[in-house]
Amino acid sequence: MSNNQFKSVFDIIGPVMVGPSSSHTAGAARIGKVVRQIFGEQPETVDILLYESFAKTYRGHGTDIAIVGGLLGMEPDDPRLADSLKIAYENKMEVLFVPKKEAAEHPNQVTLIVKKGERKMRVTGISIGGGNIQISELNGFKIHINMGTPTVLIVHQDVPGVIAEVTDVFRKLNINIATMTDSRAAKGEQAIMILEIDERSTADALEKIKKIANVHNVSFFI
Amino acid sequence: MFNTIEELIERANHWGSVTEAMIQVEMTQSETSREEILAHMKKNKDVMFQSIKKGVGGVTSVTGLTGGDAKKMHDYLGGENFLSGKYILTAVQNAIAVNEVNAQMGLICANPTAGSAGVAAGVLAAVTEQKQLNEEQQLQFLFTAGAFGLVIANNASISGAAGGCQAEIGSASAMASAGLVEISGGTPEQCAQAVAITLKNMLGLICDPVAGLVEVPCVKRNALGASQAYVSADMALAGITSVIPPDEVIKAMHKVGMQMPSIFKETAEGGLAVTPTGKKISQKIYG
Repeated sequence: MSNNQFKSVFDIIGPVMVGPSSSHTAGAARIGKVVRQIFGEQPETVDILLYESFAKTYRGHGTDIAIVGGLLGMEPDDPRLADSLKIAYENKMEVLFVPKKEAAEHPNQVTLIVKKGERKMRVTGISIGGGNIQISELNGFKIHINMGTPTVLIVHQDVPGVIAEVTDVFRKLNINIATMTDSRAAKGEQAIMILEIDERSTADALEKIKKIANVHNVSFFI
Repeated sequence: MFNTIEELIERANHWGSVTEAMIQVEMTQSETSREEILAHMKKNKDVMFQSIKKGVGGVTSVTGLTGGDAKKMHDYLGGENFLSGKYILTAVQNAIAVNEVNAQMGLICANPTAGSAGVAAGVLAAVTEQKQLNEEQQLQFLFTAGAFGLVIANNASISGAAGGCQAEIGSASAMASAGLVEISGGTPEQCAQAVAITLKNMLGLICDPVAGLVEVPCVKRNALGASQAYVSADMALAGITSVIPPDEVIKAMHKVGMQMPSIFKETAEGGLAVTPTGKKISQKIYG
């Protein structure tokens, strides 16, 4: 496998999308959607911190409505994107946009702080061109998730045995793990496990992983 | 996967064409069948043609800043007095149409980006009319364009915010020129030469959108990117080659993008965006 950021001809010819910008509209919608998938449900409140080019041109590109549309579960070609702010209001999802002055690691960067009740998650996404995105930070952890590869993301407590139980689920279902990383905030604290796997249908595995003790959150995306 | 133009040409010579090399790589990378890949590309192509049809009919952007120029070009093409070739101007008309639809927040297919979506789509529709291409040939054009676009994206950039407009209209125009060479019977090497010739002329092009909108100057740059694709494809088919090899041109493009100040990378802080008229438009829209 090469380390190329762009792997598919459809990263270049595509996506089919509502205008006007692949990075600032389609990419923004995809970041919103992935954050929704990672969080697992529609948040009650969302703080949207926009950096650099996103901060300076988000209104003209519809970046704001695209991120919100994504958080509501919309794809980049969803004709309802234009009305996403209204739909968010009707669905009781409160959003706040904060254009930030400080420099960021990437010119098209956004950090979303999503909350529901006691649950809170902080995710940073970058839009790397042509509607393609990466997730670069989760709850303060530096991570690197490329879209296009089947990826399982597990938020868990740093206690003995969790990794073994997770890999055991994949072993029993005969699903190969291609790459795996696990990082923790501190000993015994929250940790994040990212597994790239060679399988696109994973409903079974995810259900089993969710039941493992000390696993807080499981999400899957391609 | 091919990482450079040189590797792409090797694969193309092995498989018989750039198109076939791209399809083979896609099948391996995505673990999907040829049929699914062709169907996906056909769907994208259909969206391109729909957006052209819609734009030529006449649309106005959300802000009212752009629109109606595709229709003007269409009416002009109905007369006999135009200066450049009919199909170059048809490509120009089509490219404008796609980007007018894009600015209207209509449905388009990014190619490689939304802001540059008119170039390859516009050229494809023009050459379809010119050479009566069948669907298989249309898809060949797109797979070839996509293959070269992948190399550019992985070694330089296709994002205006990261690399300036050379990364968007430059890449799109280069991709379209390769597509034209492929369906005109040129060799993979000639496709690569068209890419190099096109990119060399686009080096340094800044991204300076008025009011941060994908409208001014994006719509007209799509038009001219499309016309350039035709000219560089003809140059490559004539046997003209780039003194600087294609992979070195792409590396140069990457460096230029890195060296370009951020005021010229989709921040609306430089170039046309800060002209008196550009600023006036921004003030009018945002207050």
